[in-house]
Amino acid sequence: MNAPEKAIMNEWINVGAVEDIPRLGARVVQSAHGDIAVFRNADDEVFALLDKCPHKGGPLSQGIVFGRHVACPLHNWNIGLDDGKAVAPDEGCAHRFAVKVVDQQVFLNI
Amino acid sequence: MKKMKLVMVGNGMAGVRTLEEILKIAPDLYDITVFGAEPHANYNRILLSPVLAGEMTLKEIMLNDVDWYEKNGITLHLNKTITQIDRISRKVIAADGFEESYDRLLLATGSNPFVLPIPGKDLPGVITYRDIKDTNAMIEAASHYKNAVVIGGGLLGLEAANGLKLRGMDVTVVHLADWLMERQLDKTAADMLKKSLENKGLKFLLKKQTTAILGNGEGRVARVSFSDGEEIPADLVVMAVGIKPNDDLAKSAGIHCTRGIVVSDTMQTYDPRIYAVGECASHRGIAYGLVAPLFEMAKVCANHLAHLGIGRYEGSVTSTKLKVTGVDLFSAGNFQGAADTEEILLHDAVGGVYKKIVLKDDRIVGSVMVGDTGDGAWYFQMLREKKNVAEIRDHLMFGQSNLGNTGHQGQSNAAQMADTMEVCGCNGVCKGVIVKTIKEKGLFTLDDVRKHTKASSSCGSCTGLVEQILASTVGGAYAPQANKLKPMCGCTDHTHEEARQVIREQHLLTIPSVMRFMEWRTPNGCASCRPAINYYLLSTWPHEALDDPQSRFINERAHANIQKDGTYSVVPRMYGGVTNSAELRRIADVVDKYNIPTVKVTGGQRIDLLGVKKADLPKVWADLAMPSGHAYAKALRTVKTCVGSEWCRFGVQDSTQMGIDLERAFAKMYAPHKVKFAVSGCPRNCAESGIKDVGVIGVDSGWEIYVAGNGGIKTEVAQFLCKVKTAEEVLEYSGAFLQVYREEARYLDRTVHWVARVGLDYVKQRVLEDAEGRKALFGRLLYALQGEKDPWQERAQGVAKHEYQTLATVAVV
Ligand SMILES: Cc1cc2nc3c(=O)[nH]c(=O)nc-3n(C[C@H](O)[C@H](O)[C@H](O)COP(=O)(O)OP(=O)(O)OC[C@H]3O[C@@H](n4cnc5c(N)ncnc54)[C@H](O)[C@@H]3O)c2cc1C
Ligand code: HEM
Ligand code: SF4
Ligand code: SF4
Ligand code: FES
Repeated sequence: MNAPEKAIMNEWINVGAVEDIPRLGARVVQSAHGDIAVFRNADDEVFALLDKCPHKGGPLSQGIVFGRHVACPLHNWNIGLDDGKAVAPDEGCAHRFAVKVVDQQVFLNI
Repeated sequence: MKKMKLVMVGNGMAGVRTLEEILKIAPDLYDITVFGAEPHANYNRILLSPVLAGEMTLKEIMLNDVDWYEKNGITLHLNKTITQIDRISRKVIAADGFEESYDRLLLATGSNPFVLPIPGKDLPGVITYRDIKDTNAMIEAASHYKNAVVIGGGLLGLEAANGLKLRGMDVTVVHLADWLMERQLDKTAADMLKKSLENKGLKFLLKKQTTAILGNGEGRVARVSFSDGEEIPADLVVMAVGIKPNDDLAKSAGIHCTRGIVVSDTMQTYDPRIYAVGECASHRGIAYGLVAPLFEMAKVCANHLAHLGIGRYEGSVTSTKLKVTGVDLFSAGNFQGAADTEEILLHDAVGGVYKKIVLKDDRIVGSVMVGDTGDGAWYFQMLREKKNVAEIRDHLMFGQSNLGNTGHQGQSNAAQMADTMEVCGCNGVCKGVIVKTIKEKGLFTLDDVRKHTKASSSCGSCTGLVEQILASTVGGAYAPQANKLKPMCGCTDHTHEEARQVIREQHLLTIPSVMRFMEWRTPNGCASCRPAINYYLLSTWPHEALDDPQSRFINERAHANIQKDGTYSVVPRMYGGVTNSAELRRIADVVDKYNIPTVKVTGGQRIDLLGVKKADLPKVWADLAMPSGHAYAKALRTVKTCVGSEWCRFGVQDSTQMGIDLERAFAKMYAPHKVKFAVSGCPRNCAESGIKDVGVIGVDSGWEIYVAGNGGIKTEVAQFLCKVKTAEEVLEYSGAFLQVYREEARYLDRTVHWVARVGLDYVKQRVLEDAEGRKALFGRLLYALQGEKDPWQERAQGVAKHEYQTLATVAVV
């Protein structure tokens, strides 16, 4: 199973259309790394973070999205969508994944 | 575009706080240059006293070190005193000739200690108490000399005297007035203070006027002499007889000053390019000598410098707390009283407790306390808010009873708690950690403490304790937030009430339109304002405003409660707690089919299925074929009932049927927070109606209605609203009550908080006295609920499918 592995590792994977994600919301993509939260903000920018809050692992995909941030549903840490970093004074970082949008389709590089 | 140049003169607490505020809201607007006469970066001046007393080190009191300036791109000139402002070519000139030009100038030069104009005032060994240099001089003197004389028995003088005593000196405090701290204390309080300081070994000379300071042969201070001819030995003299605003620089540049640099409500001086904040400023005739007002000034000034120009500074009410370990003292407002005021007094001379509250027209106008100051912050808050205390007058003296508060070992007095005791039971934060964080990070506000320690950031029941800890750690620097003026969140300066009013008056129907109309600072709000506005829109314009699921917390968006492992719980509605075999059988089947790990009977007389996977939710709901119990929502939860007259031998009313009727009528009702009902069939009250938002109790001749009870963190007994005869009336009266709450309370207010704010009399007036109004309210509630669909059955049929399905599954790597 070596060949397909490599192919996937360096390739962009289409996970759906921008429209499939609610504006100011998120959807979950299941992967071998665990769940990935794919966010869409008011300006239709798309971001992808590991769906695990750096605090106690809360599912970030279930939080409220505003500007370029999401508020974790468990204890309200604010996490930057573009850098995965918790807003000070909280400290921590959610793993980021590369995303691109081509013709309204969302691609992840995992 | 080239950045504008902002120059700040005076590198102290007020100025740097203003810079911090500017960096927060307009980080890229200015090139900032700072001049400070002292050789240190910004430190917490008020903590010089603990440093002198040997309780803290200089390192611990730094607020912003040199790195902070560098990190924020601020040019810092330490050890540079500005001596001239050239307003025509807009530049400042330092004593050494260095020049810097400005577009905007911020003066934050603080104040200077007042020096008595007496012979000998310039002798070596005579110092004032203002900065690190003075503090070091005192510490140094204490290790070589024996006799210290402190002139001035005010806050500063006493803190200096205490510190010197702790460092081993023999200290005498000389004071001109009849008693100590006469501007903050009455005679009784001052006498008690004097006694407790005497017990610590301090000596006092009251009603003494110093006439000269005399030197020894080597030119160092040796004695102090008084107008009555007496002389006492002195190797160190500390003058702490008051401060005067440092407005020399401004005055020399021709800027209008009258005991301070005169500023407007936007903190601008008479030269609108030049601002002034802190102790050097004179606002509406007052130059403050405490830290608390500086924060508000800094906010307003920064706001204006950032071209937002919304805020206005309207003055501050200040309070005083002495930072001498072991002596508890608090003073605020008009503590002396006058002909038209009343006093409540408690004086236990032996126990060392003295409390005085001064009232005028049922409002607190002043207070002074010695010995037990635990409720100082509470009184001060009511004073600032001008709260009417008529109803609680009887209990006022005994403090903000935290009886019934759970989660912090029943403690209500922070001073008596050991460092290891837990203050915040939700987040597991103990007292020592809070004190340490306040000191290390230089925190001054409750919000800051919440952010850094998480204490009181969850359920909030320990807020009072945290405020006390804050107040006793930073002394008078702590300014409790006045609730009235509190903006909704960091995205706006508007209050909840203002948002509701605009939504109503402008007939706004969407969140973006509200934010645009009210000039929100952020593009789409945050997780605290969006849900609030969404609720205000829905409750003001039912059937017109559209619900925005993205502005709801996950529980309300998913219609189930998220659990700590990311699974959900499902609680179907059982009207009045009554179920039957068919429902129970379906529940049992669902549990088996979806492998639901836990089935629990809730405290609200229904069944909770815990650990359901999100993707299964719509299927679970379809199979259950029961309505949503809204256990996840700010909405009507349960109506708890007892069996009542149908079975119970004591019952006088059919409480079960009444409960079913109420629950059927009000299910699906969204509200500012969750709403719980209970109905009991007789005064034995088995359904615990006394601790519910609406509690109904059957009596022989009808029903009693109680409102605004709460069984949660802080148990509150519901208050009697009225007695009615029929079941229809129960529906109408309780419905009208809920509708006022829905229309007027702030989002996240429980009924108890809202009623505490508006008063039960107001509720009675709307619901009891105004019959027309009551019917109209009830009508509006029924209209709002009309046609409201059951969210579970909708979703079982495919609504909002995306919420429950993953977007994609990526092949295994
Ligand atoms: C020992 C002590 C204890 C205190 N305890 C309390 C307390 O418990 N509670 C409380 O609320 N308040 C307390 N205060 C008062 C509090 O410290 C002041 O209200 C506060 O520091 C004022 O801040 P500011 O920025 O206006 O002035 P400062 O902090 O004094 O800052 C002014 C700075 O400007 C510099 N400066 C002045 N002129 C020039 C110039 N021409 N060029 C360059 N730099 C210049 C000064 O050197 C100084 O560093 C205490 C004060 C002292 C001294
Ligand atoms: C004066 C005190 C009380 C008396 C005389 C009393 C009496 C009763 C009686 C007779 C019943 C049985 C009804 C039946 O036959 O099924 C009952 C049920 C109940 N009681 Fe009490 N009770 C009292 C106080 C309380 C208190 C303080 C609580 C709760 C804190 C309570 C909670 C309950 C509950 C939950 C039920 C079950 C009701 C139901 O089946 O719906 N009771 N009580
Ligand atoms: S409240 Fe009265 S009617 Fe209801 S169960 Fe208790 S004793 Fe019976
Ligand atoms: S159910 Fe309530 S009381 Fe129990 S752990 Fe959760 S929040 Fe605390
Ligand atoms: S798990 Fe995200 S804030 Fe606690």
